[in-house]
Amino acid sequence: MNAPLPREWDTLRQSRARRLERAASLGCGREIPTDRIIDLLEAVIQPGDRVCLEGNNQKQADFLAESLADCDPARLHHLSMVQSVLALPSHVDLFERGLANRLDFSFSGPQGARLAKLVQEQRIEIGAIHTYLELFGRYFLDLTPNVALIAAQAADADGNLYLGPNTEDTPAIVEATAFKGGIVIAQVNERLDKLPRVDVPADWVDFTVKAPRPNYIEPLFTRDPAQITEVQVLMAMMAIKGIYAEYGVTRLNHGIGFDTAAIELLLPTYAADLGLKGKICTHWALNPHPTLIPAIESGFVQSVHCFGSEVGMDNYVAARSDVFFTGADGSMRSNRAFSQTAGLYACDMFIGSTLQMDMAGNSSTATLGRITGFGGAPNMGSDPHGRRHASPAWLKAGREAYGPNATRGRKLVVQMVETFREHMAPVFVEELDAWKLQKSMGAELPPIMIYGDDVSHIVTEEGIANLLLCRTPEEREQAIRGVAGFTPVGMARDKAMVENLRDRGIVRRPEDLGIDPRLASRDLLAARSVKDLVRWSGGLYAPPSRFRNW
Amino acid sequence: METLDFRFTSTPAPRASDPALCGVVGSGNLEILVQPGAEPATCVLTIKTSARGFGDTWRAVLGDFAASHPAGGTVIAINDMGATPAVVTLRLAQALAEYRGGAQ
Repeated sequence: MNAPLPREWDTLRQSRARRLERAASLGCGREIPTDRIIDLLEAVIQPGDRVCLEGNNQKQADFLAESLADCDPARLHHLSMVQSVLALPSHVDLFERGLANRLDFSFSGPQGARLAKLVQEQRIEIGAIHTYLELFGRYFLDLTPNVALIAAQAADADGNLYLGPNTEDTPAIVEATAFKGGIVIAQVNERLDKLPRVDVPADWVDFTVKAPRPNYIEPLFTRDPAQITEVQVLMAMMAIKGIYAEYGVTRLNHGIGFDTAAIELLLPTYAADLGLKGKICTHWALNPHPTLIPAIESGFVQSVHCFGSEVGMDNYVAARSDVFFTGADGSMRSNRAFSQTAGLYACDMFIGSTLQMDMAGNSSTATLGRITGFGGAPNMGSDPHGRRHASPAWLKAGREAYGPNATRGRKLVVQMVETFREHMAPVFVEELDAWKLQKSMGAELPPIMIYGDDVSHIVTEEGIANLLLCRTPEEREQAIRGVAGFTPVGMARDKAMVENLRDRGIVRRPEDLGIDPRLASRDLLAARSVKDLVRWSGGLYAPPSRFRNW
Repeated sequence: METLDFRFTSTPAPRASDPALCGVVGSGNLEILVQPGAEPATCVLTIKTSARGFGDTWRAVLGDFAASHPAGGTVIAINDMGATPAVVTLRLAQALAEYRGGAQ
């Protein structure tokens, strides 16, 4: 008989105890004074640790990020960062100052150019670029944080946390860290004797620190209706009549662009005139878009679950608790992980925009010299093979794709783009910049946001291409060229084949849908300015100052 | 600035008494003036544009317009500030409709 090798089974717990002892020697207890935060971070974090720095495209643990970047690289180094979004200058400072050298993330937005430079200089090792759900999933498998640095609205004396409407990623991060021997440190905007509600219980949280200023929140989902163009109105009319109405899309997610904001603002007007109220757009996985206010007020919308909140929308959301998910205290609770799950499995349609699309329908927002990542779009914009429940829209799309005896349905994944972006940059291209980016970054795969085989429809000012009905790669390519307008790839179309596709309803022009482009007017928008949105909300929506011009 | 001139044959448009003006000269937009011309089956266009080097794209967009709309017998002047083909196509349709006496 071989005796089992002796082994300790609680090294994580022992490590945690040693970290807590070092922290205790600071003599601050669990409520860390603002000016001792660097001492705390240097006491509990160890070289080589996996550190989760909370930050996504909305709220940011910005004080903890800056504090970590100000730690001594002689004491803290070789950190492996796991975080949703690399958004703040301090996030990149961690790598430039030699504190961290490895990164697993989802999205890098404004820091994309600095990140690309670090990769080319080989000063940062990128583990992988994920979608939000993939990264959250890996927090519970092989990327569990040793230390999580998070942002909360308020803490009480016991260390319970109130997260407020911007709940977002925090529950997922804290659960993974607290239950696997990790340390959780929260920056809070205020200390309260009694919290409005408890979003994270005190025994999941080790330390709190009051930040010198409230955590940063980016108003990412606010689109000023004044900037919506007539071409966007035209495309929105086509999408509503040619896709929403035809499939009876009730459960959906919208991207953040002006194209889909136009759709939201046409629901109470154009869509209502078509008799679609109650038949489309009733249930949403969506942030609280200000441009959805008129549709909500008009009774179009029954339910909205949010990934995060949106600056200025808190009072409006709290006053519409039949529509939004709110706590007993009245304020919203968002949850990125659950809303992403809803976007993946419970939505019948995703519709969004992109910067480039190739002739196979692959799309990418990557441009040369920038590593931007994906965020959640690939989860929304993909047909999940794990879905089993049926709905009319899902079944109709499935039968178009796989024939009348289809044994599965199909999510509608719609890309809505003008054929040219600003400065006459064509959206439709023979080859995505993503391929060049892959080579220059030495990545294993090109950063494709939505794979062509997941795309069901493309909407442009020229018409709608239904890729579900295409039966060969050639048909697909000509269907895409057939709506690519006057871009070089659009002008290279096989005109006879495109007319044939049009006869079969695969390519549809505005006139095929009974839409006169000349009637595409901004007068159709339910709100034509941010001030109009405030009026629709009965004064409950309080837009950030940069969106106020009155 | 670049000035471009084009002529396309096109189905004659009913002759209108008044010229039509559509759009504004603003970034990404354009202004279109439609007036009666001397040749009933020809659409004559002059474009002043801030974006140089897009002559082939203009030819394609305007040729498509002249082929798909009755625009013969018109002289069209365009002041462009970098409008995309989508905007140009929409504005031309609006301007011609106004010239002919409003949307049908």
